[in-house]
Amino acid sequence: MTSQGSPSVSQPPARPLWRRALGPRLRAAGLALPLVAFVTVTFLGPMLSLLTKSFHDPEVADALPETMAALRDWDGQGTPPDAAFAAVAREFVAARTERNLGRTANRVNRVASGMRSTIMGSSREMVDAAAAAEAAGEATDGAFWRETMIAIDSRWGGPEPWRALEAAGQRFTARHYLKALDFERGPDGGYVRAPEVWRIYVPLFWRTFLVSLGVTLLCLVIGYPVAHMIANSPPKRANALLLLVLLPFWTSLLVRTTSWIVLLQNQGIVNDFLVAVGLIGDDGRIAMIYNMTGTFVAMTHVLLPFLVLPLYSVMRAIPPAYMNAAVSLGATPFQALRRVYWPQTLPGVGAGCLLTFILAIGYYITPALVGGQSGQLISNMIAYHVQTSLNWGLAAALAALLLGGVTLLYVVYDRLVGIDRIGLG
Amino acid sequence: MMAGTAVSPGYRVARWGYLAFCIAAFVFLIAPILVLVPLSFNAEPYFTFTEGMLRFDPEAYSLRWYRSIFDGDEWTRPLANSLIIGLSATVVATVLGTAAALGLAHPAMPGRKMVTALLISPMITPVIIAGVGMFFFYSNLGLAQTHIGIILAHAVFGAPFVVITVSATLAGFDWTVMRAAANLGANPLVAFRRVQLPLILPGVISGSLFAFAASFDELVIVLFMGGLEQRTLPRQMWSGIREEISPTILAVATFLIVFALLALSTVEWLRRRGAAGGQRAA
Repeated sequence: MTSQGSPSVSQPPARPLWRRALGPRLRAAGLALPLVAFVTVTFLGPMLSLLTKSFHDPEVADALPETMAALRDWDGQGTPPDAAFAAVAREFVAARTERNLGRTANRVNRVASGMRSTIMGSSREMVDAAAAAEAAGEATDGAFWRETMIAIDSRWGGPEPWRALEAAGQRFTARHYLKALDFERGPDGGYVRAPEVWRIYVPLFWRTFLVSLGVTLLCLVIGYPVAHMIANSPPKRANALLLLVLLPFWTSLLVRTTSWIVLLQNQGIVNDFLVAVGLIGDDGRIAMIYNMTGTFVAMTHVLLPFLVLPLYSVMRAIPPAYMNAAVSLGATPFQALRRVYWPQTLPGVGAGCLLTFILAIGYYITPALVGGQSGQLISNMIAYHVQTSLNWGLAAALAALLLGGVTLLYVVYDRLVGIDRIGLG
Repeated sequence: MMAGTAVSPGYRVARWGYLAFCIAAFVFLIAPILVLVPLSFNAEPYFTFTEGMLRFDPEAYSLRWYRSIFDGDEWTRPLANSLIIGLSATVVATVLGTAAALGLAHPAMPGRKMVTALLISPMITPVIIAGVGMFFFYSNLGLAQTHIGIILAHAVFGAPFVVITVSATLAGFDWTVMRAAANLGANPLVAFRRVQLPLILPGVISGSLFAFAASFDELVIVLFMGGLEQRTLPRQMWSGIREEISPTILAVATFLIVFALLALSTVEWLRRRGAAGGQRAA
């Protein structure tokens, strides 16, 4: 088929066997290759840098190389050797003079809180001490710095700040993951679970899981009859009803979120209506948004089409004769529904629920806009660490954990439906 | 629907309940979208129906929020940005996606399942995760806060839509037609243009519409990677909702609803016309 198609009836010249076997394969692969390359660079590249960022954190190690080298032989007990005092002093004073110690101090502070003020406070006085020693012609060796630093801040005489420096200087580290799972550094430098009141991320993962599950079930309860009605309507009406499901699907997420704010806010349409008909007083307006309720309602609205469409396509293929047969064989309509219809829709239920759940678990915009404080999910925390706290290692670890969970769900989805059969509305 | 068995009263109640429930569900789906449209014509700066509006007093309605879209560049610049980014991303996604779908549909394609999974992975990864990775990756390349960076990101999110819709129109494609064209003297390019393209065009157009809509509505990447110069329409609405919500946003929303209606009708029209089916795969 790669022949240029000479109009003569004679056989095209025979090509080598390997070309005839490989040619079509190469051409097919060649067509797919540009997008494969594009996805690899613009998508897999970022995913790889996400995973790298979650355990590779060279900033402190790069900023304080001599200190890290001097701490390498330290056993973690008492105070490190004089060489470490000399190294840390040299690097603190140099960085302080160049005004870039703050970043390093921030990094160390994430390992052990309080370290930022220790480093910044001590280093200011260390700069003065170094200048004074130089003016007086004194030698600034390790013993000098040991004495000076402990005089400036007695904490340098114990192991804690050194352990923090050492931990923050690890290039490859699990600390972002440990933090993302609510572990914290114990007094001896090892990691222990944070006290229950201080746990942030595991409860948030848990909340995200429960909200996603709740939204998925709500979508199923609402979506099942809706899909059934569309699937069992005459074609013209079915098409019209389908448009009612597809319009929200195509409408901008921001538009849908705006409308929920307009509807549900304190001075919104629903509250105004309830006040107007006298169900609630003007002072009894219900808080339906900027809390968990808002997140729930808006997410259900956004995700409902993702459940209705796969359900509909499964239900459409179920011949009504089965139900009729069940009923004429003596089953009540409810028995027929439960024993004959429902089992046949299970593939659609499974696929739709899984897709809805996966989408819900990564939702960001909607909870951020209508969730208030109580309606925030794990994705909001990830965005917070990317944009506000700038703790990118932690953001990466949280995102990587979420990615692990989602991948696991897709493995299930693949077993159930086949990953290459995901469709569009 | 149930064959002529005696219909119990319980069944009748259930039947009415089912109807009422479905109607309520459809209202839940559609009312929140439609309610914005009349509100956008409010003469007052409120987000609720004024008494005048409920009395259908013409004085209570106005086009002031539509005019205010075009006051200054608060909304026009984001609109221009959205169009530039959306159209560029769509072109990239459509060209690459169509070629890939053709390759995937070819009977000789090696490793089809793996490649398909790779190609649609950007669509099914939660955007927050991809967004964090892209923020790191593109910042390192110096592409954060550039149009190019956002266009690349949107293109990779849009391409799977094109792959899926074009693949659907190619399902059941008879490859002997292409061999016939070749035997009749068409080179592969001509055979594609004259034989295959007309057959898959509905899928290509639908896919590019999906890709454009995905970019037109994308916010997470823009929030993470975009600077002031890359403010898109969703980004501006985000600020509008979080900071100083002005009813102008309702006029913009109405415009976006009309866009959704047009896109939806086009895709549905193409689907029915092509009757290629399969697009609505589970």
